[in-house]
Amino acid sequence: MPTVNYVSFDGQSTQLELAEGMTIMQGAVMNGVEGIEGECSGSCACATCHCYVDDAWLAKLPEMSENEDEMLDDTASERKPNSRLSCQIKASAELDGIVIHMPEEQE
Amino acid sequence: MTGVVIVGGGHAGYQCADSLRRAGYDGEITLVDGEGHLPYQRPPLSKSHLLNDTGEEALLFRTQSYYDDHNIGLKLGHRITAIHRADKQVELDNSETLGYDKLVLATGAKLRQLDLPGAALNGVGYIKSLDDIRYIQSHLNQTEDAVIIGGGFIALEFASTAAKLGKKVTVLVRGQRILANAVTPELSQYMLDIHHQHGVDIRFGAEVDHIADDGNGNVEAVRLKDGTLLPAQLVLAGIGVTADTELAVEAKLLCHDGVVVDAQCRTNDPDIFAAGDSARYNNPFTGREIRLESVQNAVDQAKVIAQVIAGQDAGYHSVPWFWSDQYDIKLQMVGVHEGYTHFYQRGSQEDDKFSLFFFRDDRLIAIHTVNRPADHMAGRKLITAGVSPTQEQIEDVNFKLNSLVKK
Ligand SMILES: Cc1cc2nc3c(=O)[nH]c(=O)nc-3n(C[C@H](O)[C@H](O)[C@H](O)COP(=O)(O)OP(=O)(O)OC[C@H]3O[C@@H](n4cnc5c(N)ncnc54)[C@H](O)[C@@H]3O)c2cc1C
Ligand code: FES
Repeated sequence: MPTVNYVSFDGQSTQLELAEGMTIMQGAVMNGVEGIEGECSGSCACATCHCYVDDAWLAKLPEMSENEDEMLDDTASERKPNSRLSCQIKASAELDGIVIHMPEEQE
Repeated sequence: MTGVVIVGGGHAGYQCADSLRRAGYDGEITLVDGEGHLPYQRPPLSKSHLLNDTGEEALLFRTQSYYDDHNIGLKLGHRITAIHRADKQVELDNSETLGYDKLVLATGAKLRQLDLPGAALNGVGYIKSLDDIRYIQSHLNQTEDAVIIGGGFIALEFASTAAKLGKKVTVLVRGQRILANAVTPELSQYMLDIHHQHGVDIRFGAEVDHIADDGNGNVEAVRLKDGTLLPAQLVLAGIGVTADTELAVEAKLLCHDGVVVDAQCRTNDPDIFAAGDSARYNNPFTGREIRLESVQNAVDQAKVIAQVIAGQDAGYHSVPWFWSDQYDIKLQMVGVHEGYTHFYQRGSQEDDKFSLFFFRDDRLIAIHTVNRPADHMAGRKLITAGVSPTQEQIEDVNFKLNSLVKK
């Protein structure tokens, strides 16, 4: 199972193994990793699952949809070039070991 | 020992437990839910769940260990049958009693059931719970024709899902347009066109006479009052829900179509709170009592209750918002459009990207967007802040609406 490394705003890291196809948001929420909310169950409708993807992994990510791009314009924490909605990224062998940084706040 | 007892482990109940711990509440928390499942999310049931291969685990809010680690007691598969207010106790269906300091009613809503000959046949289903969706899933393989009764969000989301799964879908609507209670005629018409484009047949003014039996207790067809016979191996009824206020009514709490709560989500008993689909409150944006059926409402009310119980200052003033996914259309709504005097459109329907901005006189009261999430997000801030953009700003798609409210 692919591993995901979540790094909290204050630098604490949590490593989880997620089933393939599970989203980065689901992995965090289900396992109680703080910093990602996921209020809309991954429908790309709330922007409370905002995260910063470690630069080393950016190129491997699936392209973002127009909807995701627009939602990212209104996140609670600042949008950066490596901002993504974690409900739109699925764990996969390709992304094994991915490092996800949490923003300061989600709402 | 006593603490907080939460009746119902849906969106509101789960959120309340979670937020109590986040707010630093360190007393006992017991979450009781009549369904025998770990708390899970309902929106995907009619949307992505049947299309994804991630399974039921992906619906869970949290795994079991989260509740263990946060010392949240779960009693799943048990219903609370009575509230004894004088003793501050609730009674479970196994005769167990639980004492409480504070009680949270998060009982949600109950499905409106079909009342027709044939309604109990094998192949007639609903979508409210995980068990409902398992039932539907178990009928999908042998289904070529699906008939959906109802023209609301859940009915139409399932129509979209079933069409994506390659089923021949017919939707029966009693009235003259879809989503009639939620959107204006312009958007109903637009969504109708979308369903047509995906080959879904929508019949208006349709009255079902009965559901026909194949002779073995299975659904074979749906017969309309005008004589039309529609073959079907699966019938999905999405005809709405009613607030589940049974316990509250019996406990003589103030109820009328919902448990009536104040701005702190408190009932007329100061130790009993209510949140979510079952709660009725005075909405500051409409100036009257309303009851909402949405995740936003369940989550935000539950957070307020948690803060109040943890001794913090809190009140429920959130602007309502909602979303629905059908095909590749993302519909988002913010505010309450009821009573609008006029509206302006941003973007174009031809591009499948537009928003309707509803005004009451000169005040922006609601925005309905189709594939324009930025308008929705800006709208939440605008309506919360009471800021109304001008017609020119709305119609100019290059104008950044959130610049009117950004810090
Ligand atoms: C298929 C579907 C799709 C939806 N899609 C969306 C959407 O896209 N966006 C949106 O905003 N909203 C959506 N909703 C609505 C949203 O899910 C509800 O508004 C929300 O679940 C309400 O939360 P709640 O906690 O009040 O009630 P519920 O989630 O219904 O939970 C109530 C729980 O209480 C339990 N219960 C009741 N009485 C008792 C008792 N006496 N003892 C023990 N347990 C009891 C019930 O078993 C139930 O589990 C959807 C709903 C459904 C069914
Ligand atoms: S969970 Fe709502 S946008 Fe990702």
